[in-house]
Parts: sequence; structure tokens; C-alpha cells
Amino acid sequence: MAKRIDLRHVTLRYVTDTREVLAVDDVSFTVAESEFLCLLGPSGCGKTTIMNMIAGFLSPTHGDVLIGGARLDGTKHDRGVVFQDFAQLFPWRTARRNVEFGLEMRNVPKAQRKDTALEFLRLVGLADFADVYPHQLSGGMQQRVAIARAIAYSPGVLLMDEPFAALDAMTRDEMQRLVNDVWQETKKTVVYVTHNVAEAVYLGDRVVVLDAHPGRVKAEIPLDLPRPRDPLSATFVEAQRTILGHLGMQH
Amino acid sequence: MSRLSGILLGCVAFVVLALAWQAAYWAGVFPPRLFPSLATVADTLGRLTINGTMLVSAAATLFRLLFGFLLAGVVGVVVGLLMGRVQWIEDALLPIVSFMYPIPGIAYAPLFVLWFGLGDLPAILLVAVATSFTVIINTWKGVKAVNPIWIRSAHAMGASERSIFAKVILPGALPYVLTGLRLGLASAWRILVAVEMLMSVTQGLGWLIFGSQQFLNTDVMLATIAVIGIVGMLLERQVFLRLEQATIVRWGMMSA
Ligand SMILES: Nc1ncnc2c1ncn2[C@@H]1O[C@H](COP(=O)(O)OP(=O)(O)OP(=O)(O)O)[C@@H](O)[C@H]1O
Ligand SMILES: [Mg+2]
Repeated sequence: MAKRIDLRHVTLRYVTDTREVLAVDDVSFTVAESEFLCLLGPSGCGKTTIMNMIAGFLSPTHGDVLIGGARLDGTKHDRGVVFQDFAQLFPWRTARRNVEFGLEMRNVPKAQRKDTALEFLRLVGLADFADVYPHQLSGGMQQRVAIARAIAYSPGVLLMDEPFAALDAMTRDEMQRLVNDVWQETKKTVVYVTHNVAEAVYLGDRVVVLDAHPGRVKAEIPLDLPRPRDPLSATFVEAQRTILGHLGMQH
Repeated sequence: MSRLSGILLGCVAFVVLALAWQAAYWAGVFPPRLFPSLATVADTLGRLTINGTMLVSAAATLFRLLFGFLLAGVVGVVVGLLMGRVQWIEDALLPIVSFMYPIPGIAYAPLFVLWFGLGDLPAILLVAVATSFTVIINTWKGVKAVNPIWIRSAHAMGASERSIFAKVILPGALPYVLTGLRLGLASAWRILVAVEMLMSVTQGLGWLIFGSQQFLNTDVMLATIAVIGIVGMLLERQVFLRLEQATIVRWGMMSA
């Protein structure tokens, strides 16, 4: 069910009226089935752009994006997407009906839709909030609903673009634990964008470090620390140090 | 301020207006025949209500309003949605809509009388024409204001263009659509009363006022004006306020 993702020599050039911006330059990497890959890099290095190409919102100028070995095409949607923006939920639908949306698009019968949605809300710890509208939920809860919504229709891959960047530090720690648990439970192929090194080390099986503008792959760092990871352990700190070194942020 | 004292204050304004009116009456600013006391107006209102005149007139006016407004609402929402979503339709229609929008509907009244004669049909059509542009413009703005992230999310979840239209654009644009309908209904109500004076319909609130002029029945005129105000307020409060409460306020898309 989980699918592999291949980026082959992917380049993206934004063309506006006034200028051209080379945002992503010849990026290649692979995400194995059920692998958790973190995409890390400084602001403006093209993380969101890469994410949008994997999601199919943007077509690469050169190169290919393959999901499950097949080219992305407009009709076959097999990915779940979670954005940074809390406003991604539909305000006119309750939490449960938001989670049902992807199932509705696949013509899943009503009763089954409801059961599945409740099951995924339970997975993110929000079973009691099924009939609440998004504006009645906190930012962290809204992002949890968004995660449930993005995986409820069992897409082969899950894409997350800094989903917790706008949350306070304490809630973010909690959310990271939740993502770790959800991933261990569902074993999706995940691409997770962040510019937070500790977050990447906490979550990733592997971290792809991108160079600043234009985005190029600078390093790929495998992380085989046991899960759940302890941010205070020596190996965790060591991994962070390695990545910071690649980012050129170490003194 | 508490809700109760707010309501009380609102009532005080009515009392002040009533007292000012009575003062003017007692002072004899106009002859009593042209400027009746409030008691006379209330009396007339009671009489016209009991003998059914007011009810029949209001029903006739509401009938025209309902049809004209429904026509404008359906056409306006559909055209507005299409304009907002389909580029070539927007290119084709926006200039003409922007041109028609500021023209007061009443300006067409004499033309409509020449084209459609007298009676209900031209009145209904005129209300529809006068109202639809407000609905179109607001619906179109509403589609433009739909948060693009909702559309992206829906796309990611495999929604077809049709599902996006029905399940994202329509509810997403609802705050503006409702505003358009509300403004449309208010302008329909205003124009209809004027239209009934110009189109010699045989019943209706506007007709009641107009017909009273030659007999100097100022008490009837004032009683009818009061009814027009009350019906307009009920439409606003009972229809739109409730509709908003049940939808966009409940969804947090508009604060109460
Ligand atoms: N629609 C666009 N048109 C033109 N240039 C763009 C567009 N979107 C992004 N860019 C440019 O492409 C580059 C990469 O942008 P992108 O949003 O992918 O970066 P990012 O790594 O996600 O940054 P952040 O961490 O701040 O979210 C930036 O220089 C940006 O200015
Ligand atoms: Mg970004």
C-alpha cells in the first residue's frame, strides 16, 4: 500500500513576467516504501517547491517525479497532503466530515465513511471532537484533524510541509510524538519538510539536506536511532551536530 | 453594555421619534388632515388589518417580491459562480455586469411598462433585474475570496472539478453569497414599493399608498409605511439572520 517516491534530475524554474527564478536545480532522491524522509534546508531553498511537485500541484521544468514507479498524472491522486496553514480544513464541515472528504471522493458508502473517519480521529486522539467545527479547535488540534484527513483514504504517500511550524514549542513536541506514533501504526511513505534540525532527527529515517537557493541536494544522512527517540541522548545530539555541520551552521 | 439595556435603548429611540411626531401634531405644523396623530394612524392600522386590506396588499406585494427575488437569486448565484470560476465567462461578462450594476432598477420602469404592459409580470421582472446584479457581483467576489488552500486540499484528496465546485467553492463563497442575497432582497423590497406606484397594479402596499394620495388619506399612507418597515425588518431578521446563524456563524466564517 505504501509507495516509493523517485525524483530524477528534477529542476524547476519559476517564470514570472519580470524574471526567472531557478528554485530547484537537478534534485534527485528516492524515498523507499514506508520510509520517513525529512527534507531539511534554510528558508527559500525550495522545500515547498519540491513538495508541490511531488503533490502534483507543479510540474517540473526538467526531470521526473515518480510515485510507485509511475509518472504523476492529473487524474490519479495517490497522496495525502498536510500544509502548514491551519486554514486548510473546511470550516463548514465538522472534524469528522472533514476527514470523510477524501472517502467521499472515492464514493465510499456513508456508514463506512463515518466509521473510517472516527477510526482515524481516534488515531490522532480526537475521537471526542468528531462533531466539532474547526474554528472550535486549537491550532494543534486542527493540524491533527488535517493529518487524519490526509491519511483516512489510505493514500500511498503522505506529504507534510512544516505542519507544526506555527505551533508553540510544547505543542510541537507533542505533535511530533503523535506523528511518530501515527507513522509507526500506518507505515506510510512520508516526506516531511522542516527547517528544524531537532525535528528532522526526531522523525526521519533519513534526512535530505538542501543547499540554499537554488535548491540542490547537499547531503543525505541516514538515521538509525531506535524509536521513539530521546532528544537528550548522546546519539541524538551527535546526529544533530552532523546535520548542522552539513548546513554550515556549526562554528 | 448588557443585551437587555441595549434593546431598551433601541426602544427609547422609537419612543423619542413618536414623541417628536406627537409634538409636531400638537403644535399644528401641518393641518391635522395632512398630519394625523399617532392614535389615528394606529387606529387606521388596526382597521385595515381587521378588514383584511392590509393583509391582501402585503400578500400581493410579497408575492411579487418572492418571484422577482427568487429569479434574481437563482440567476445571480449561478452567473456569479460561473464568472468567478471560469475565466472566459468572467472576461465576457464582467464589463457588462459592472456597467449594469450601478443603474438604479427603477430607471427601467417606463420601458418595462411599454414592453410588458401593466400588472404583475413587469413588476416581477423589474425586481429581478434590479436585484440580480447585486447578487452576481457579490457571488463573484465570494468565489474570488475562496481560500486557495481549500481547493488544493480538495485536489490532493482527489476531488473532481465538479465536486470542488459543489463542495468547496459554493460553501466557501457562502458568506459573500448571503451578503449579496441580503442586499439584493433589501433593494428588491425598496424598488418594489416604488414600482407598484408606477405600474398601476391593482393591489399591493405601494398601490395602497399611491391610491390614498388623491383622498388625502395620510393615515392610510403612514400605516402602510409602518407595515413596509415591519415586513422589511422581519425579512431581514427572521430570514437572513437565521440563515446566517445556521451556516456561516456556526462555521466560524463570520462572527455573530
Ligand atoms: N510562485 C512563485 N513564483 C516565483 N518564485 C517563487 C514562487 N514560489 C517560490 N518562489 C521562489 O522559489 C524559491 C523557493 O521557494 P520555496 O517556497 O520552495 O522555499 P522553501 O524552502 O519552502 O522556503 P520556506 O522554508 O521559507 O518555506 C524562493 O526563492 C522563492 O522566492
Ligand atoms: Mg515552504
